[in-house]
This record gives sequence, structure tokens and C-alpha cells, in this order.
Amino acid sequence: MNKKYLRWLTGISILAFMLLAVCLVALCLGSAGIPVKKIFPLLLGGRGSTEYSILFDIRLPRIILGLAVGGGLALAGVILQGMFRNPLVEPYTLGISGGAALGVSLNIVFKFYKTLGVMTFPFFGFLGALAVIGILYLVNLRKATVRLQGLLLNGVMISFISSSLIMLMMSLSRAEDIHGIVFWIMGSLDEPNWFIIKITALAAVLLFLLSYLFCRDLNAFALGEEEAAHLGIPVERSKQFLFIIASLLAGFGVSSAGMIGFVGLVVPHFVRMFTGPDHRILMPASFLAGGAFLIFCDTLARTVISPVELPVGVITGILGGSFFIYALSRKGNS
Amino acid sequence: MLKVVNLTCGYQDKTVLSGVSFEAGDGEFLGVIGPNGSGKTTLLRAISRVIPPAGGRIFWKGEDIQKMPFKDLAKEVAVVSQSPVLDGMTVEEFVLLGRIPYYRAFQFFEEKKDYRAAERAMELTGMSDFRGRTLNRMSGGEKQLALIARALAQEPKLLLLDEPTAHLDIAHQVRILDLVRKLNRDLGLTVMIVLHDLNLAGEYCRKLLLIEGGKVYRSGLAEEVLNYRDIRDVYKTPVLVEKNPVSLKPYIVLVSENPETEKDRNSDNLEGE
Repeated sequence: MNKKYLRWLTGISILAFMLLAVCLVALCLGSAGIPVKKIFPLLLGGRGSTEYSILFDIRLPRIILGLAVGGGLALAGVILQGMFRNPLVEPYTLGISGGAALGVSLNIVFKFYKTLGVMTFPFFGFLGALAVIGILYLVNLRKATVRLQGLLLNGVMISFISSSLIMLMMSLSRAEDIHGIVFWIMGSLDEPNWFIIKITALAAVLLFLLSYLFCRDLNAFALGEEEAAHLGIPVERSKQFLFIIASLLAGFGVSSAGMIGFVGLVVPHFVRMFTGPDHRILMPASFLAGGAFLIFCDTLARTVISPVELPVGVITGILGGSFFIYALSRKGNS
Repeated sequence: MLKVVNLTCGYQDKTVLSGVSFEAGDGEFLGVIGPNGSGKTTLLRAISRVIPPAGGRIFWKGEDIQKMPFKDLAKEVAVVSQSPVLDGMTVEEFVLLGRIPYYRAFQFFEEKKDYRAAERAMELTGMSDFRGRTLNRMSGGEKQLALIARALAQEPKLLLLDEPTAHLDIAHQVRILDLVRKLNRDLGLTVMIVLHDLNLAGEYCRKLLLIEGGKVYRSGLAEEVLNYRDIRDVYKTPVLVEKNPVSLKPYIVLVSENPETEKDRNSDNLEGE
């Protein structure tokens, strides 16, 4: 086998092993500690016991959701940074999270969840994300040539508008509604509904597979759009597909787990330091690393001042920001 | 054969080229010259299908390039542009990007034939010894050779080059253009090259296309196009056209409209003393 591919395979194996280790730690740690050696017997045949419920109903759903959301956000970051050739772009830059937050805030303020159930939270979040994707698509992507800088600026503006509308709603809302909005905005993997978890996980995996078909396009984009066209890439069509894939990844993630920042920005940077810029390795590696990072942060959020749980968005922000500064200083030194 | 028929194109509301027609036969070495903003680069961009024509058509081997699949066009036409290259990549990784048009629908990794093509492209350009070096550790001339190697990895029949000698010293200019001439002769590549330097154009190109204001002002053999009257009229600058005593090709001598006077020379001598 070619040396490069062997190196990639080793890298992916190490990441997969790290992900498994993080998952195992996440299963063990919590208010009620469960020893490692008991994990597999419990999952395989411990039905009915309290520890089984803790593992299967509380910790495992968070791990699966963490993998789907973290992996999805990191992958969306890789796609957008590759497409825009801008390392500061992340899924939230395009205003998708702002749209999702606005959708959820509307649900809280107008109390649709009281009559239609808790499913309205991810549904309204996703609806808000879709609305932003639709607006961006209509304004920028429908034309024969997609102007990426215009797309970026419109996304940033939509983010501002969404934030202002949320603040407007908060200023007119009662205290309990404000609490609900703030709690959701801070992000959490605490999702008891298996249906939502399954949908999010399925979407993340399918969108990952679909996006991988564009890894060569993204490699070519790294040279510039014109160079990509010279290499036979249908640039405009690829940009449209990639934008929609990245938006859906962010939309699914944000609507099921709230606004978890920094994963989409920091993880691709960190992974790129080890893998280099080739998207054939960068995409799967970021997906695995994003999942592992979010599960790790969630475990910290649950255990640092247990039994009180910190918002996972706070942990990803602190760790992510520190990682980012480290990555930049390392790059600067080199 | 490349055939451009009545081509009109530009950017948004601005028409840059208008009614451009010419032909380049197989194995031709065609230079495109003209003042800044005359539309030379736009012409290359239209032929490489980066910008669509507003009018007219471009044919490659009798096929309208607008109707060719992008991949098929990239297997026929390669471009060496002035775009920046990805600095973090090694030369080999960069050259292998030229194999993208040959990937099948679900092929993600290079096959042996891709490595062979990249190897050959690096050999032809003298880049084999640099294969493991990252592009940010290379000089401008070496980067230019890497760009040509990547274009050659596409195994094209038509090579478009946009000012490949810009910002290079004379040694690298000669090295790059000698290589392009060799590729034209040995591989039978059709070459279309945009050059600002009229002397390089006269020395290396068999035929020239002189463009002014988005139209073809003159086309033909280099000796015919590089004449005093046309160059003066298009560039609005008086020149002398001489013959290179070694290659017998035309070369241009600039004539300043504000030449040095006896007084200037005297003042220099005084300062020196």
C-alpha cells in the first residue's frame, strides 16, 4: 500500500480508537460512577437494572447525539472553510444557527410545544435553519454564478437580524420563557427522545457519505475556483451542493442540540495540523474528531461540578477557544 | 484544431472581447500579445470555459467547448495560470491534482496510471527531485515549473499559459519558455501563450495574435505581426524592430520619447567627480 494511504489509515484508526475511549469514559463517568468492566455486561444483558437505565437512557443517547452533532458541525466547518478558502468560516457564520435559534424562540414564546409536544423544539429549530438556507439560496445561489463573499456577508447579516429578533422576543417575554430561550441557546446534549437522536445520527452519517463524494472538488477549490474549473470541476454545481450539505449538517445539529459553538471552527483547524489540507483524509478525520471532542466536552459538563450540569456550549467555547489560540500560535511559530 | 468564431465575452455588463476569430492548428505555438486590458487573459478564460461567451463559439477538434463535459475538456485543455498555489502541499501532491479529471465517479484515490502520469510530468519539467518539497519552500521559477507539471499531468492536447514568465529573472524566463517549446515540439502539444514581453513572444512564438481593445488587430507569423507600424499604433509607443542575429527572430528596441540629453550625461559626470 502507498505510504500516504498507510499514514492516513493509521491516523483514522488512532482517531477511531480515541473516539471509542472517549465514549467509554463518557459511559463510566457521571453522578453515578460505573466501572469500565461492568459496561459491556450491563449493555448486553443488564436490562431492568438502574445502572442499565443510566447507561442506556441517559448516557448512550448523549454519546450518539454528541457524535452526530459534533461530527456534523466539524464536517460542515471543513466543507465551508474549503469552499470559501477562509479558515474563519464556520457553520454559524452563515446564520443557520441564528435561524434555528429564532425558530425555537418562537416556539417557546408562542407555546406551540404545549399543544404539539416537545418535538416542536427540533422541528421549529430545523424550520428556522431551513428558512435561512432558503433565503441564502434565493438571494445568492439561484444565479448562474454563486458569489461566495456575498453569501458570507448575507449569512453574517442574517445572524445579526436573528439575534436582534431573539432579543426583541426576550424583552417582551416572561421570565420563564426567557429562561427557556437562554437554556436552549447555551446548547445541550440532554435529549431524551430517541427518535430525534436517530434522525440526527442518520442525517449526519448520510450527509457525511454524500459530502465525501465532493472531497476531490474541495481539494481543487483549495487552489481557487478558476483552477478548480481548469481541473474539470463543475464549480457552480459543486458549490450549490456543498452549501446545502453543510447547511443541513448545521441545521440538524443545531435543531437537536442547540447552539454549540466552536466545534465547527476549531476541530477542522486542529485536525488539519496533523492531516494536512487533503480533504480525502481531513473530512473523515474531522468527523471523528468533532464527535470525540463534543462527547468529551459533554462529559466534562456533566461531571465537573456534578450533580449540577454545565451547558456544553460553555465548555466547547472555553476549550475550543484555547485550542484555537494554541493552533494559531503554533502556526505562527512555524 | 482550435477554432474561435466571432467570440464576444466579458464580465457582467462589461464586454471585453468583441468579434474575435482565429484558428490554431494542431501543434501550433501561438502567442497572444497586446497592451494591458486588451483582453488577452479573458481570451484564455473563455477558451478554458471559465467565462461563457456572450456571442460566438469556440471549437476544439470540431466540438463546441460549451457542449463538452467539464471533465472531457480538462483532459484536452490544461491551463497554467498566475493563480497562487497551495503552499502546504508537496510538489507530488500538487501535480497529482492534475489527475482529477481522470477520476471515475466513485474513485477517491489515485491509481498506478495516475502516479505514472504525475511522474512523467515531473520528469519533463525537471521537478522529480523536488517531489517531496512543499511549495512554500520553492522559488517563483520552481513554482512555475510545478504549475506546468500539474498541467502536464492532465495529459492535455492544448496548453494555455497566462504570462508564465511574469516576475521571473531572465534565466528562469528562458528555462520556462525553452521547456514549453520542447513540449510543443516533442509532444506535439498545441500551445497558446499570453506574453507581455514582445521580445520573448518574437523569439519563441511561431505565430502571434495581436489584440487591441478586445479585437484582433493583427495575426500571422511573428515576423509579420511584430512590425514597427502595428506595435507603435497598438502600444502608442515608438519602437525599433530589429532582427536577432542568432535566431533571426524579430526583437523590439524601446525608444524613449524623452531621451537622455547631453546635459543629463554631463550632470552625472559632475556628480561622479
